[in-house]
Amino acid sequence: MPIKVDHLTHEYNPGTSMAQKAVNDVSFEIQDGEFIGLIGHTGSGKSTLIQHFNALIKPTSGKIYLDGEDINADKSKLKSVRRRVGLVFQYPEYQLFEMTVLKDVCYGPTNLGLSEGEINKAAKEALTLVGIDESYYEKSPFELSGGEKRRVAIAGILAMKPKILVLDEPAAGVDPRGRNEILEAIKKMHDETGITVIMVSHSMEDVAKYANRILVMDKGKLAMEGTPKEIFSKVDELEKIGLAAPEVSYIMRGISKKFDVPSDIFTVEEAVDAIYKMLKGDSR
Amino acid sequence: MIRDITIGQYYRADSCIHKLDPRTKLIATMVYVVVLFIINDIYTYAFSIAVLAAAIILSKVPLKFIMRGIKSILFIIILTGILNLFTTRGTHILWQFGILKMTLEGAVMAAKMVVRLIILIICSSLLTLTTTPIELTDGIEYLLKPFRRFGVPAGEIAMMMSIALRFIPTLLDETDKIIKAQQARCADFDTGGLKEKAKSLIPVLVPLFISAFRRADELATAMEARCYRGGDGRTRMKNMEFGKNDYRCMIVLVLFVAITIIMMLVL
Repeated sequence: MPIKVDHLTHEYNPGTSMAQKAVNDVSFEIQDGEFIGLIGHTGSGKSTLIQHFNALIKPTSGKIYLDGEDINADKSKLKSVRRRVGLVFQYPEYQLFEMTVLKDVCYGPTNLGLSEGEINKAAKEALTLVGIDESYYEKSPFELSGGEKRRVAIAGILAMKPKILVLDEPAAGVDPRGRNEILEAIKKMHDETGITVIMVSHSMEDVAKYANRILVMDKGKLAMEGTPKEIFSKVDELEKIGLAAPEVSYIMRGISKKFDVPSDIFTVEEAVDAIYKMLKGDSR
Repeated sequence: MIRDITIGQYYRADSCIHKLDPRTKLIATMVYVVVLFIINDIYTYAFSIAVLAAAIILSKVPLKFIMRGIKSILFIIILTGILNLFTTRGTHILWQFGILKMTLEGAVMAAKMVVRLIILIICSSLLTLTTTPIELTDGIEYLLKPFRRFGVPAGEIAMMMSIALRFIPTLLDETDKIIKAQQARCADFDTGGLKEKAKSLIPVLVPLFISAFRRADELATAMEARCYRGGDGRTRMKNMEFGKNDYRCMIVLVLFVAITIIMMLVL
């Protein structure tokens, strides 16, 4: 289910002195099964952009096509659009409201009008995907830890079985372990189910590690687009718009000046491999 | 969308009215309103309106914004007019239909009440348009000070007002976010009967309340961390000071009251 954004512009407070183009003439396409990293400085229009994907806000001009269909053309298909494009907001745990974890995850599928059996099945599958086991089902969502709450909230979206999953900083404000659990759960799901993932992130490390293509936003415009290698090798451009390459890439560039390691390395795992290889080569 | 709602209606402009001390503006407004309800004849009305018009011109607030206030209570104004028109007893009957009687006295009374209400709204709008909510609460706190003797907690009242004002935009933003988050889970807030609609609000209200309590808790801790212990003995960052313009305004106010009294005695 490819998604195509065509000359999308969104203006807040149009026609007033406070008018501001949050998204300005942005066009791109996302194919099935991609893992997209969306990065940009605070206020670059990322969050506004992703809210267009499931028609939560309407463009001032331009169109969004889902599977070739304009998503804002037919209001009666709104539910079907939101079912296919699952949007997980920043700090999604603040949307939890039910008495038990299971009931909360059931909220989405219930709104879709599924039968009770289907609802339960979908909810349990979603919770399994994010690594929440049966012992949690009857607990109140408010007594869980931060990372667990976050995963339950993500399951609330997954229970609707979206084909495209959009996440706005899914790992923000969670401790390192929770962060790993959440990101690995997303990665696993992407690999196993072939779901398209669009992840907004401020962490260059996470994007370098998980995404296979990166979109860079700056002041409402799409500034760059490409594979992590392509994007992170343009460090100067990134720094100009308030971003950076992953920390490890700076270290590797420094090391490569004196030792025989490649300078275009962007994840810790790759860096470890390269240094290991280099050391082994030296000892020989 | 919900975030378009603006609370308070402060209109930013660089004018001598904006720069007046909030206490001056509060007192002037109060005095003006009292005068408005005492005066009775058309000339004094005309004079009062002229004074208000002068203040509006000085404030540089566009007329459009001032008229907005009237729009919202148009219904009350019309109702007051109609009630006065038909319930005032008089001898000069203009029009009669069954028990409905329209008299000359009624028409005059209705006109007076409508004009009074409109001026009242314009006058108080001018106050809120030229004074930020925070300035207003500061002014109210100061003016309530003498009543502390009678157990009115002026500082606490002002603090409560400023906290409430400060959190309105925050909570509106939060509501907007929660609504969107639930819409992303295919929540439907528009269709269904009254019962379904009320029920559909639960997924918004529960997170909203939880977040409000969380914020209240955090704010209380933050205030305590900064040694807040009630209004007594608190100094302020911005001291309110009467300036030249405030004295000028007070003189104008006294003159205004004096002239209206003279006009009423003469006419």
